[in-house]
Amino acid sequence: MTSRRDWKAQRSKTAFLALEDGTVMRGYSIGAPIDRIGEVVFNTGLTGYQEILSDPSYCGQFITMTYPEIGNTGINAVDHESRGVFVNGFIIHSLNEPENWRSDESLAAFLKRHDIPAIAGIDTRALTSRIRSKGSLKGYLGVTGAVTEADALEQCTAWAGLDGQDYACKVTCDKMFRWDDISDEASYWGLADTLPPTDLRIVAYDFGIKWNILRNMRICGMDVTVVPATTPADAVLAEKPDGVFFSNGPADPAAVTYAVDNARALIGKVPIMGICLGHQLLGLAAGGDTFRLKFGHHGCNHPVKELETGTIEITSQNHNFAVDPDSVDKSTIDVTHINLNDQTVEGIRHRQEPMFAVQYHPEAGPGPHDPQGLFTRFRDLISQA
Amino acid sequence: MPKRNDIHKIMLIGSGPIVIGQACEFDYSGTQACKALREEGYEVVLVNSNPATIMTDPEFADQTYIEPLTIDIIEEIFRCERPDALLPTLGGQTALNLTMELHGAGILERHGVELIGARADVIEKAEDRSLFKAAMTKIGLEVPRSVSVHTMAEALATVDDLGGFPLVIRPGFTLGGTGGGIAFNADQFHDIVDTGLRCSPISEVLIEECINGWKEFELEVIRDRKDNCIVICSIENLDPMGVHTGDSITVAPAQTLTDREYQIMRDAALLVMREIGVETGGSNVQFAIDPTCGRMVVIEMNPRVSRSSALASKATGFPIAKIAAKLAVGYTLDELPNDITRVTPASFEPTIDYVVTKVPRFTFEKFPLSEDLLGTQMKSVGETMSIGKTFKQSLQKALRSLEIGRSGFGADGRDQRFESADDDALAALLELPNSMRLFAVRAAFRRDWSTERVHELTGIDGWFLNHLADLAAYEDEISGAGSLAALREDVALFRQCKEFGYSDRQIAFLLDDTEDHVRAARDALGIHPVYSLVDTCAAEFVAHTPYYYSTYGDFNESVPGPRKKVMILGGGPNRIGQGIEFDYCCVHASYALRELGYESIMVNSNPETVSTDYDTSDKLYFEPLTLEDVLHIYRNEKCSGAIVQFGGQTPLNLATALEANGVQILGTPPCSIEAVEDRKYFQELVDKLGIRQTPNGTAVTVDEAVAVADRIGYPVLVRPSFVLGGRAMVIVYEEVYLRKYMVEAAAAAENRAVLIDHYLENAV
Repeated sequence: MTSRRDWKAQRSKTAFLALEDGTVMRGYSIGAPIDRIGEVVFNTGLTGYQEILSDPSYCGQFITMTYPEIGNTGINAVDHESRGVFVNGFIIHSLNEPENWRSDESLAAFLKRHDIPAIAGIDTRALTSRIRSKGSLKGYLGVTGAVTEADALEQCTAWAGLDGQDYACKVTCDKMFRWDDISDEASYWGLADTLPPTDLRIVAYDFGIKWNILRNMRICGMDVTVVPATTPADAVLAEKPDGVFFSNGPADPAAVTYAVDNARALIGKVPIMGICLGHQLLGLAAGGDTFRLKFGHHGCNHPVKELETGTIEITSQNHNFAVDPDSVDKSTIDVTHINLNDQTVEGIRHRQEPMFAVQYHPEAGPGPHDPQGLFTRFRDLISQA
Repeated sequence: MPKRNDIHKIMLIGSGPIVIGQACEFDYSGTQACKALREEGYEVVLVNSNPATIMTDPEFADQTYIEPLTIDIIEEIFRCERPDALLPTLGGQTALNLTMELHGAGILERHGVELIGARADVIEKAEDRSLFKAAMTKIGLEVPRSVSVHTMAEALATVDDLGGFPLVIRPGFTLGGTGGGIAFNADQFHDIVDTGLRCSPISEVLIEECINGWKEFELEVIRDRKDNCIVICSIENLDPMGVHTGDSITVAPAQTLTDREYQIMRDAALLVMREIGVETGGSNVQFAIDPTCGRMVVIEMNPRVSRSSALASKATGFPIAKIAAKLAVGYTLDELPNDITRVTPASFEPTIDYVVTKVPRFTFEKFPLSEDLLGTQMKSVGETMSIGKTFKQSLQKALRSLEIGRSGFGADGRDQRFESADDDALAALLELPNSMRLFAVRAAFRRDWSTERVHELTGIDGWFLNHLADLAAYEDEISGAGSLAALREDVALFRQCKEFGYSDRQIAFLLDDTEDHVRAARDALGIHPVYSLVDTCAAEFVAHTPYYYSTYGDFNESVPGPRKKVMILGGGPNRIGQGIEFDYCCVHASYALRELGYESIMVNSNPETVSTDYDTSDKLYFEPLTLEDVLHIYRNEKCSGAIVQFGGQTPLNLATALEANGVQILGTPPCSIEAVEDRKYFQELVDKLGIRQTPNGTAVTVDEAVAVADRIGYPVLVRPSFVLGGRAMVIVYEEVYLRKYMVEAAAAAENRAVLIDHYLENAV
């Protein structure tokens, strides 16, 4: 009988991942024929590779999926989290052909179409353990054969990395737009009839905003205008918003100084909610510091406790930096949520002004829906202000 | 919220004898619960009628009653022991039903015994089909359309309303679907409804729209008294709806759902848990999804620890029964540590970086009159689980763990029946679910049938079929190497064979060589498996529990310690003639070794057992019990010896080959095992000792058997060597039947001598 997959050809399409600690792992190329540098992180989610790939917060990074069977459900038209793919590369153990009633395209085709290099055949557990013990590592993904392993090691070691880098400016939208194109999807999920009319105007800063945040705000009756990362506070206030939102985004919050300045100018003038990078920016604006976690939180199973109620929610997370709890002024900022795995800060609230933010992703996509009520809390915050 | 101080003495009910649908998994959960409750200082009173269980060992409870599981006896124990509370959710359906009877008879109230874990109204709401359906409708979840009836006339009236045949008939309050089935026409409908009404203790059956062929999923959920709810594991059935979950090949985690779809299912599972009102502990919720459009329906929920909880515990490393017991006495999830990481709490959702496959074990060969067809009534008698990096690897390991003489997914010379079948016969084997269907799928792919065609016939999801087709085709890639010598030259191919889970035996078969030579070739090239940890967190945190599986990769996490190590080989899957008793022996052997200061290394493949609990032994290897897999572990650990005599027939069969490969067999030496197990040697021994025996002889071929029978005279008793519990043992009165049965006996004993005795009729 004829072989359905050409394993021999696959075995011969060799590729490698070189790490700054000198390790070289070998596999085969399954994405675009482009060599690239990036910071290697791992994500422990069992599902959601499409949302992860299209999440702009991963810009500058290579994502390693710890779950070995990837590509199972292909890529569909409605589960995207942004307009494109901003990851630098993708690392998996085993690539599959898609089988799902919603699948429009295979993962391999999608990666190639978006110019994303990817490697399979990697012992992702070995790689994950290495990152766990050494922290996030700079890496070089060599898939074309044009670069030697030795050169690759040299290049990735010399790379500046993500510390002190503003990547939000690389992924933000280039001009203001209104989010209302949910209609197709809403009807697909049977939501069209249940969508309430919008009665609140929100301006959302796009540092790499995930569409599920926008979808959730729309479901909560919010009419959202998305603005570029550098939009000055005055311009935001000129829109006369009922609330302002600080989005998630990639890399180092401390480098996005203009956003911290804008946040400082807006706190107290308008109700504010922040998520992920937005949480860090608001923490910085309130006088706190941020620091880099050893290997970050990337997954769908992080337990977060709300300190006031004791409620535990399983949350979706994706961040490398966190707010230092000792750095914030306790007279203005309350820590509201902590991560039960490592006790890091997962949420803050301003004691005097209408402002709260969370480090995790209540919008899910991917991940559990446990904390979706936070968007309603944003409504409440606005109505009480 | 700390543990409760208002209760001191807690009673647990075990699950009684092993029956189809309820095996040693409740010994595993009950033993964990006993340990957990006593650890917290509670006095535990245990009642169970099955003495072959670990939990009934005197040291596991403060008071142990080996008594029949009836309400009169339980009431008597209530009188003597005056327990404060009864924990009914860890003893399977038996304990749950008994609890409902105790409640119904007012016995709990009379003796002031509080139900903890799940209240009676909760159990009723989950178990009573009409209450359950109403509850699901209330929270906006769909269930298959159905009508509950109590008489035949009511049943007949539903047929048209539900859209005609086929229709599913499910009796209320029965175990493993006893008395139920699918009716394709009016005659079958009448028969099954009649049986169902009689089997149901409340004479109730549910008539339901048929969703056969849909994708089937199960989520294991845990809740604490502060309403924190987590999903431990998702499981997807390879066999679509129509085959009882206990008879299905199942895979963890779910493979074919996007995150959106999975989260919708997760939301639904948590809603079900909260609406039914299970206060604390574990439950499972089953779902079906229409593969063409994604319509999701809830099938059922069990408000208790189940067989799938045992599987989920072993698949993730999260000890569901232990945590459930602690939640029942008042703890919340964030107050309990995750044993494996020690630094993170139990209030998280395990994530895994491997694929787990469970394959049921059937024993149709012992019941020649029962048809090898699978349906809504469970027929499997045991199961095996395996862990691999990928589905391919995991499935192949699971199949060779089954102890049915298979070396993996085919490629072992045992598929003539399917390979020689004509297309119509093969299609029939695919269409009607049966215990060997997977091997028929392989045969179909070997003759180049498309995945679409096989999907059409089997309903198995294309994702699984793609992998099975890959494997079927990959055989050509291996045999294409031409010879073992050539394979040795193509290391990338050799490595990939092993990554795809091919055993040395399969590779040997495909290259017309021997298992020993393949192993030697791998040894020469250094192609060896590595051992990875089952750690609940995909390596995100350091794990402290030594629970391993093999795979092929770069990173071996099982580093042998300095102490002297002894390996214990477990019993593998349950089968008729081998239940829980061998696990009992293995667990005690492990305890004894630990007391003596040895490091005990357990190897087993049965997820229902106490031996595969990660704290029973110093190290646990969840691996197939084959020569190849066992030798690797023995060498990796540098064991001083192996104990084969407590695991039943499975390890005994390996003893000789293990010894030949340098394994020090402790206890009874293999030659003595051979002398007893091989009927010919045993006969010589008996003769030598001058003990009288019936006239007998041994034979390997049919003709030899006929010659022996002619010599000693009919009737004769035919017995194969090295098999369990009288498999293929028959009394034969005529030569024609002897010839027929010899074929079967030879198949069961794999070229070993068959003993033929003169049969003493009416002997005492």
